Amino acid sequence: MSKAFVRTEFHPDLPPPASERGVVGWLRHNLFSTWYNSLATLVIFYLAYLAIPPIIDWTLISAVWEANDYKECKAAGSGACWGMIDKRFNLFMYGFYKAEHFWRPNLTLIIFIVAMLPVLFDKLPGKNICAPFLILGYPAVALALIRGPIEMSSFQSPIGIAVWVALFAGSVFMGHRGAKTANAVMSGIGYTAAYFILFIVFASWGLGLEPTETDTYGGLLLTLILAGVGIAVALPLGILLALGRRASSMPIIQMLCIGFIEIIRSVPLISVLFMAQFMLPLFMPEGMKFDNVMRALVGFSLFAAAYMAEVVRGGLQAIPKGQFEAADSLGLNFYLNMRLIVLPQALKIVIPGIVSTFIGLFKDTSLVSIIGLADLLLVAKQSYTDANWLGLEHTAYVYIAVIYFCICFSMSRYSMYLERKLHTGHKR
Amino acid sequence: MTIETVDTQPKPNLLNDPKFRAIAAQIVVVVLFVSFVAYIISNTAVNLEKLGIKAGFEFLGLQAGFMPTSPNFNLTDFDVNKDTHMDVFWLGLVNTLLIAVLGIIAATIVGFVFGVLRLSKNPLVNFVAAAYIEGVRNIPLLLQILVWYFGVLLALPIVKQSINMGDLVFLNNRYLVAPAPIFEDGFGFVTIAFIIGIVATFFLARWAHKRQDTTGQQFPIFYSALGLIIGFPILVLLAMGVPLNWNIPELKGFNFVGGVQITSQLTALFLALTFYTGSFIAENVRAGILAVSHGQTEAAYALGLRPNRTMSLIVIPQAMRVVVPPVTSQYLNLTKNSSLAIAIGYPDIVNVFMGISLNQTGKAIEIIGMTMGVYLTISLLISMFMNWYNKRVALVER
Repeated sequence: MSKAFVRTEFHPDLPPPASERGVVGWLRHNLFSTWYNSLATLVIFYLAYLAIPPIIDWTLISAVWEANDYKECKAAGSGACWGMIDKRFNLFMYGFYKAEHFWRPNLTLIIFIVAMLPVLFDKLPGKNICAPFLILGYPAVALALIRGPIEMSSFQSPIGIAVWVALFAGSVFMGHRGAKTANAVMSGIGYTAAYFILFIVFASWGLGLEPTETDTYGGLLLTLILAGVGIAVALPLGILLALGRRASSMPIIQMLCIGFIEIIRSVPLISVLFMAQFMLPLFMPEGMKFDNVMRALVGFSLFAAAYMAEVVRGGLQAIPKGQFEAADSLGLNFYLNMRLIVLPQALKIVIPGIVSTFIGLFKDTSLVSIIGLADLLLVAKQSYTDANWLGLEHTAYVYIAVIYFCICFSMSRYSMYLERKLHTGHKR
Repeated sequence: MTIETVDTQPKPNLLNDPKFRAIAAQIVVVVLFVSFVAYIISNTAVNLEKLGIKAGFEFLGLQAGFMPTSPNFNLTDFDVNKDTHMDVFWLGLVNTLLIAVLGIIAATIVGFVFGVLRLSKNPLVNFVAAAYIEGVRNIPLLLQILVWYFGVLLALPIVKQSINMGDLVFLNNRYLVAPAPIFEDGFGFVTIAFIIGIVATFFLARWAHKRQDTTGQQFPIFYSALGLIIGFPILVLLAMGVPLNWNIPELKGFNFVGGVQITSQLTALFLALTFYTGSFIAENVRAGILAVSHGQTEAAYALGLRPNRTMSLIVIPQAMRVVVPPVTSQYLNLTKNSSLAIAIGYPDIVNVFMGISLNQTGKAIEIIGMTMGVYLTISLLISMFMNWYNKRVALVER
């Protein structure tokens, strides 16, 4: 007799097969899903096995951390000679800037970072104070701190300072009145004048510090100065050029702007730097002399401005025509239209573009080493051709590559973060 | 009833008339610009006179008197005993074009490969591609050129201890030397076969496309193209009895004799430009592929297309529209960046003409102007070609 089997309760769910879950499942799905994926995985493991141990050995295990010259390095180990970086650290950071003045660029950098934090991250307070300070006050402060007073004796007398202060107060007053009566041109002129006067007073007065020579600037300091001045000049000039390029009612201005932007953008930076180096002195009137750093700054800033103009133009083109028309119909004039309606929207769109242009410019500062400025790259090159540190090019290059990478990579991550923040459309 | 319109508006102030203001602003700008230019020109004239330099292009006809390139790498047969600054210019131009063309081809391949790898579902492959792209993008190109040259290529063994690859190719710290082909009589037919192959492929592709449009039948165009462009010339080569010889390099004394020598400078510049620009192109390719809406892929799967066909028929053609404009500017960047050759002594136009010739003659304005003119022309040509190509792949809208 047979007995019927009737199940009276549910069988509990079985776990997925062992090959489909846990580490094994993940491996099967990701690393070994097809034959070519498996092959790629194995090849990569093999390459990592070949490459990683020597790299670790070179940077850490057989590296020499303390040495007085390359012979000691060679004797002590076959790896990197970090002792050279240690001994030449100040050269890498400041060039020949006097040691007793190191606090000045340091302070400038600290002020910058502190003022920048609220601008970068929304959660921190004080954005409304820090952003205008960075744009208007900071360049003057940085110049005064790093450079010290510039020889302009007439500004430094008490009368001179009094005149400048009076002019400054007048300009600010004019700017304010201008805004109230919507007299935009007056307001613009007033604020611009106030800014320049502040700048000149700071530059000539220099916080009472001892002046420094520009040809002593070097290393990371010079790299950051070039990048900083480049961006500070490029952004306003780039906005002006971009606006000029779109000013269809003024064909001559349009033509000049297009000509400038396109010519600069289609030639290599090195030729612009050569031009600044060899042709700028010819353009200057007799007796007026620019030093090397100043010439490079001029060339670099003009170059940066042309690229920035194209980025800003992208933002202007993205603003719908209705916005311009709406502003016109409200009776706003061109200046107010730009300041209140168009530029805030356009610049917000292109912030990621501006950041990536800035990364490009930061990397491009290394080109000044070709025209003989002692930036980070040239300091590295001088290091391994120095009689004491011959043949240590790998150490020097790896060190500065890491510096460049850290700065550029963090900027590009920040730009991606911004893109995500500003991207409000649909995401997959 | 009629509505009476009363012209109560006062005549607008001239200053508020946009037309008048536009004209006035332009006049001011033109006056400022012209006076600025005039000021510069007068300063320059004074300065040049003081330095005793006469402006003009006569210097181009003068004998240069220096050897701008190594004798083994002399594409224009520069002769130091009689050639002029104009010949230096041509030599530089040829070398610039050479590195630009080589770099563009290689960077495109590297960029497309890594752009696709970056989208791989294998996290390891993805990570390696990302590490390459991010690592290379965030380090200055000039530093990379120097690392390739001083750090890698100059660290190779000296000529006498060259790395020997099958007794054919030798690599040392000065150059890579490989067998050079010697074309004998009859090789012309192979070249003709190659050209015929390309032309035939072109017409075959058009015919296949038309047939597919009308009948829906597909034609294995890739393999037939392969056969026509590569197979056919090889057949002709064999039929002609291989009219091709190789000049194999040989170490004689301190140098290699024979073969074709590729200098370390060229190799370093080529590698650095390729990998640097390749990393940017890879990002453009990735962005282009991601820009194709997922619905397109799903629709293709719903139609029953296999993943490979989906990629080649649906995704890539649409991605190209997004990819072409940024890649164009990468090509332009590569061409401009080739000017960094000056850092390692590759004889490009900036190095030999704007560097050495300028130092020798002091004709800053003429030489820098000519060099900039060259780059302007190259840029215009590349963007014209790519605009034409872009128009072909661009979306045709109503």
